[in-house]
Amino acid sequence: MPIYEIVFYLFSLVMLTGAVMVITVRNPVYAALSLVLTFFSAAAIWMLLEAEFLAIVLVVVYVGAVMVLFLFVVMMLDINVAPLKEGFIRYLPAGVLVALLMAAELLVVLWSKGRFEAGAYPIQAPNPEGFSNTKAVGEVLFNNYLLAFEVAGVILLVAIIAAVALTLRQRSGGHRQNPSLQVRVRPDERVRLVKMKPEPRQGS
Amino acid sequence: MLTLTHFLTLAALLFSLSVTGIFLNRKNVIILLMCIELMLLAVNMNFVAFSRFLGNMDGQVFVFFILTVAAAEAAIGLAILVVLFRNRQTINVAELDDLKG
Repeated sequence: MPIYEIVFYLFSLVMLTGAVMVITVRNPVYAALSLVLTFFSAAAIWMLLEAEFLAIVLVVVYVGAVMVLFLFVVMMLDINVAPLKEGFIRYLPAGVLVALLMAAELLVVLWSKGRFEAGAYPIQAPNPEGFSNTKAVGEVLFNNYLLAFEVAGVILLVAIIAAVALTLRQRSGGHRQNPSLQVRVRPDERVRLVKMKPEPRQGS
Repeated sequence: MLTLTHFLTLAALLFSLSVTGIFLNRKNVIILLMCIELMLLAVNMNFVAFSRFLGNMDGQVFVFFILTVAAAEAAIGLAILVVLFRNRQTINVAELDDLKG
């Protein structure tokens, strides 16, 4: 068995194990860590598919940013785990049944004779040495999908603003500056001139 | 040799597992969000596999966009979760019945 297939089956096994752990472990922190394992194995499988740029993006963006965000939230919130797991046993048969049905339906389609096999989708030759996956993705992205790329940037901006706006809160008792009032101030609000008689110097 | 079927099967199994996760963890919003991420990963796996076996880069560009939207979704979802916990001191879905749905 060539090394290519050994690597595929190894990382598939790790990935599916990680996914099972995500949905079964009791502690959300362990679930997040299992999800990291799952994403990492998926990145390795994408490497096998010669999608190197996306594999690295998956590790950097997902494992590095999104999963840290998950862990951060899980650890910040003081969650009582016990009531969250109730109903686990009760819904287990229904969940497993639905999953098995879905998997069976998908596999019937996927494994039907000649549909997705090497005859219909021939195995591509490996990319030549010096081929840059990043360059190829970039050329397609910036030639054919430029508008979509810019819309994606706007979506990220909206996400930033929404996240800040949702979690921002005004604390009472804080000392804040109001620039509008500061600019609009007039001299007679700050300085009061008092008319008074001149007084002789003390002690003369 | 590894054919397209191998990768599609892997993605299908991953997708089924995440659906099971949504059934099993109906009370915990954080795990539900994680299951959605797993589903998106399964879909992305399909895109990358088809991109490879069709010799077409467009699939990888689509994965790029899905990753962008998924990151935005995770950020907003977790922000909502933080606000929810601040207001209710719980993330149990069963107790979030204000809308009487």
